[in-house]
Amino acid sequence: VSKPEVDVPIAPRSGPGRIGAQVRDVTFRSLMPVVLALVAGGLLLLALGHNPFSFYLDVYRGGIEQGAWQDSAIRMAPLLLIAAGLTVIFRANIWNLGYDGQFLLGAALVSGWGPALLNDMPKAIAIVVLFIVAATVGAAWTIIPALLKARYGTNEIITTLMMSFIGVDLANILIKGPFQDPTVATPETRVLPFDKMLPNIPGTRIHVGLVVAFVAIFAVHYLLTRTSFGLRLQILGANPRAAKHMGVNLTRVIVISFLISGALIGAASAADILGLWGYARANWNPAYGDTVIPFVFLARLNALAVIPFIAFFSVLATGGDIATQESNLPTDFLLVLVALILLFMTVIEYLGRRRALGGSYITPGLKDAARSPLVRLKGRRA
Amino acid sequence: VSHLLSEEFWTSVIAGGLVAGMPLMFASVGETISERSGVLNIGLEGMMLFGAYAGFLGAYYGHTQWLGYLAGGLAGMGASLIMVVLCVWLGLDQIVVGIAITLAGGGITSVAQQAEFGASYPRLGSASTLSIPLLDRLPIVGSTLFEQPIIVYLAFIGIGVLTWAFRATNIGLNLRAAGEKPEALDAAGVSVLATRSYAVLATGFLTGLGGAYLAIVGAGLFTPFITQGQGYMAIVIAMLGRGKPWWVLFGSMLFGITLSLSDSLQIIGITLSTDLVNMLPFAAIIVALIVFARRSYLPPSLALPYVRGTR
Repeated sequence: VSKPEVDVPIAPRSGPGRIGAQVRDVTFRSLMPVVLALVAGGLLLLALGHNPFSFYLDVYRGGIEQGAWQDSAIRMAPLLLIAAGLTVIFRANIWNLGYDGQFLLGAALVSGWGPALLNDMPKAIAIVVLFIVAATVGAAWTIIPALLKARYGTNEIITTLMMSFIGVDLANILIKGPFQDPTVATPETRVLPFDKMLPNIPGTRIHVGLVVAFVAIFAVHYLLTRTSFGLRLQILGANPRAAKHMGVNLTRVIVISFLISGALIGAASAADILGLWGYARANWNPAYGDTVIPFVFLARLNALAVIPFIAFFSVLATGGDIATQESNLPTDFLLVLVALILLFMTVIEYLGRRRALGGSYITPGLKDAARSPLVRLKGRRA
Repeated sequence: VSHLLSEEFWTSVIAGGLVAGMPLMFASVGETISERSGVLNIGLEGMMLFGAYAGFLGAYYGHTQWLGYLAGGLAGMGASLIMVVLCVWLGLDQIVVGIAITLAGGGITSVAQQAEFGASYPRLGSASTLSIPLLDRLPIVGSTLFEQPIIVYLAFIGIGVLTWAFRATNIGLNLRAAGEKPEALDAAGVSVLATRSYAVLATGFLTGLGGAYLAIVGAGLFTPFITQGQGYMAIVIAMLGRGKPWWVLFGSMLFGITLSLSDSLQIIGITLSTDLVNMLPFAAIIVALIVFARRSYLPPSLALPYVRGTR
């Protein structure tokens, strides 16, 4: 019996070129998936009988040129807030997949209570209250999964998904019931008048929700990299057992990171409703979380690095809406691009990892599986 | 309230629950197989969508539901091949790849549907059923349980076979070992990667079949995002079923009934919001989790890629 092969990490090289090479490597590995996905998406367009160059040109025109960059920037606000929320929880190596429920419940409450609150209170106070309401409901929606995870180790993927289903249904019930606009037949809330919505950044059409989002991103980055809580969170993410031995209060860290994550995702709904839509419809689900996840990973769970990726995606989505219309494709084509980015990301990560470890590109196990796909237990005679 | 006891109502509850529960059952049984072998498949939703569209195409152009089921199963299997290569062979993150498959499933089927049919959604004829003699004359259950498309009977038989296979065959043993302690399976001379690959392919086939059933029998047509989160629902059912096929079957039927209950209530004149009814099973499970606070059992090696020689 031969000794199992073990990857031996090569000794770190020293010298001035090392950091530069590392930066180059990381940049390459982050950008390459996007480039490859765009190329593969182009090939797909070609197969569907469209000209990929004119499609991407339309994306550029519709997403950046002639003030369209402002629409892209508006789209960034909720996405950045959700990205901040997911970064926190993923750093702790916990999955919060309940973002749809957290977002939509927040959206329902903000659009349901918004008209009355904005009528009765000074606008600035009402807006702050609505942001707090959205953040609170988003955070509240993570409490049960957080406690179950912290106390009993219940898998948070199931519990957050279940809470998400409940949240989406509850949001629909609220919109169709107490928050229904009595003057229309369609199930939707009252529409906020323009002068009651978030003010714009002076000189632009971009609402201040984007500023809130940037503040949140920087705050999360500070929290994760400069505070003791951030350190404890990362130890929990790296090795829960080590964290326990170090005296980290696991329950507290798990619950707090869940609450922060939910609050940021809830706040995203306030920014989106008060800044862009002005109302909510039943069964409306922009599914922002699904499209944000790839970019959170591409940014290597770094809150600052996620900004350019979200900016890129916002341009792609805004321009893509127009480009898909031009070429008579459903906007869902953009989902394919996001999926391709995710797939190429994992593959490139793999290649990078193998190379850094000095190993071959094909794992021994893969060779085995290719060689003998039908191994039976029968042959076990030792 | 007396209507609640009427034959009409219960017939519609069982029939509706069965129609809505079958896709969930195919998908969650698939997920059970995958999870037992140690692979967490979050891409169920996407695989169901691939299966639903391919199944619809097969039934639409092939003029028989069987071609539809076959096409749906194969499409799901094709999607799961991505997972086999990336997650099982290369050991990449199963959750990330699963999310990618879900996104791709929604995007690709929506684009393909529009490219093929434009804005029209052609309907299929109703699926042919097989009545079981004598039993189909029973009240309530007769016209529901014993007058179904053949694939439903096959599925129930399949559940029995699967229970037996998990418990009493080498294949089942290998599968469980791959999820519980892959090192031991490897030491016994069985390839962990091959075992998991077959499991994931089986998951893909079953999930695709579930999607095909949804399009062919459930809806009779294909619309983009027809699954509406049923793939995620199936993941939840599989995890709560704790790897036991009969529990998974029971859970799927329960969720199927709640998905169709508001229609049944409508028949006897009770209007209850669909959203509320859909919410109930999840709320019940959350309450149960809090009250009983027990761990949902998952194989220890779930979602961990197996690389020989590492610990």
